[in-house]
Amino acid sequence: MNKTWNNRAWFMVLPVLLLVAFNAVIPLMTVVNYSVQETFGNNLFFFEGVKWFQEVLRSDRFHASLMRQLLFTFLILAIEIPLGVAIALAMPRSGFWVPVCLVLMALPLLIPWNVVGAMWNIFALPDIGLLGYGLNALGFDYNFTRGPLAAWFTVVLMDVWHWTSLVVLLAYAGLRSIPDAYYQAARIDGASPWAVFWYIQLPKMKRVLTIAVLLRFMDSFMIYTEPFVLTGGGPGNTTTFLSIDLVKAALGEFNLGIAAAMSIIYFLMTLLVCWVFYTAMMRGEDQ
Amino acid sequence: MRRASALVPILYIVFLMLPIYWLLNMSFKTTNEILGGFSPFPREFTLDNYIAIFTDPTWYNGYIDSLIYVAINTVLSVAVALPAAYAFSRYRFLGDKHLFFWLLTNRMAPPAVFALPFLQLYSAIGLFDTHIAVALAHCLFNIPLAVWILEGFMSGVPREIDETAYIDGYSFPKFFVKIFMPLIASGIGVTAFFCFMFSWVEMLLAKTLTSVEAKPIVAVMTRTASTSGYELGLLAAAGVLTIIPGAIVIWFVRNYIAKGFALGRV
Repeated sequence: MNKTWNNRAWFMVLPVLLLVAFNAVIPLMTVVNYSVQETFGNNLFFFEGVKWFQEVLRSDRFHASLMRQLLFTFLILAIEIPLGVAIALAMPRSGFWVPVCLVLMALPLLIPWNVVGAMWNIFALPDIGLLGYGLNALGFDYNFTRGPLAAWFTVVLMDVWHWTSLVVLLAYAGLRSIPDAYYQAARIDGASPWAVFWYIQLPKMKRVLTIAVLLRFMDSFMIYTEPFVLTGGGPGNTTTFLSIDLVKAALGEFNLGIAAAMSIIYFLMTLLVCWVFYTAMMRGEDQ
Repeated sequence: MRRASALVPILYIVFLMLPIYWLLNMSFKTTNEILGGFSPFPREFTLDNYIAIFTDPTWYNGYIDSLIYVAINTVLSVAVALPAAYAFSRYRFLGDKHLFFWLLTNRMAPPAVFALPFLQLYSAIGLFDTHIAVALAHCLFNIPLAVWILEGFMSGVPREIDETAYIDGYSFPKFFVKIFMPLIASGIGVTAFFCFMFSWVEMLLAKTLTSVEAKPIVAVMTRTASTSGYELGLLAAAGVLTIIPGAIVIWFVRNYIAKGFALGRV
């Protein structure tokens, strides 16, 4: 679509700009400020240069939580994207039950994140939770507050429960936009179901799947509330992801310099990936 | 083949419903029965947990506080996002693409990065522990979301409508309110729904920015969970009550859920 060039449009964007800048720029500058200074209380600050950044980048604690974060995000994407696409493919294309299915599937997306954590806590308790009791009855030694593996299993399963529907909804919306004529042509050509998927459905879903991957990457990369409520980052530090570690350093230990330097590194990583996806998305839109 | 594939969504929905069922189950049990051991359904059915929540001011005020800041946030986000989304969908201007990307980065920024500076910022301007503080803080991710979704809907309206209205002598404000807003009414509704939802589900910032006066339900829940130990029934009932608003409104936006979650890009 051809848009007219009009710089007065800035006035319409101004309220948004002011409100978001107040919330984004001032706090971000505070963080930048702390990240290069040392304090001994009484609001006395000294310039320290890149000391905090060096410290964070060399600290084992940061490396460990970053590794956990990357592993978690990788697992989430590797499970939720294929699973979501598979469920969307299995859904009927129309009919009375479709809206009911969609509404039921969307339900987990609308539950407050701390309630998701609390709900899974109750669900997975080894003595009275359905999942924990069931697994133990089947002979698994399952206790997510003690076993690191059990804790990881629970956190990943919880996220799959919470967010796979997002992928399903997006993939299904992409699938529904394929005209019937495409399928008829494929049938006439005698295409196998695999060929239909690979040459018709997947290309048509490319755009929505880019968005799905972007959103799942971002939201799993900044996950805080659900694992915090479920495991509190434990047992030990085994489920302490980046956000949990950061809040611990900032609000728990009040370690301003370290927390600020960590925030900036964290934010830059997010920004980089965000930019890559944004470019890909906009290119898709221009076509 | 057809029958086998029909089973997949059904199994998936059963998997989704199990934890929710378990929460409901727990909320109808007495504390004694919960601590007594595993039972797949409540043997002594009780509404005590719900009665306790509706009669205890710390609990029900939590819901009221949450609804207040969520409502302020929703109105504010949609109101400022409307003209901005129109500008993005209709005009090109200096730095528009950068601005659009910058908005997106705020949706993607980890709230944990902002928790401490927000606490200091809102304390410094004297808004700490007010509904307005949380409502403003949630604008960080809700305004970008609202702009993106609305832009998606507005781009679906042909430009010819704008031009015809101007030729007919409509001024811009009159055209926008009388003609354009009714055309994208469903878009505005969906945007409001998503702002409501994302403000409702967020906990970290809401908890950090409040202490007594404006304590949201999510904070009341986490504090109860940690202080009074094993009041699981009460916690479960409180959880069930937080699911209800979403469950009620979701039916009205069922056809637009995907578009909303995709930031207006489907």
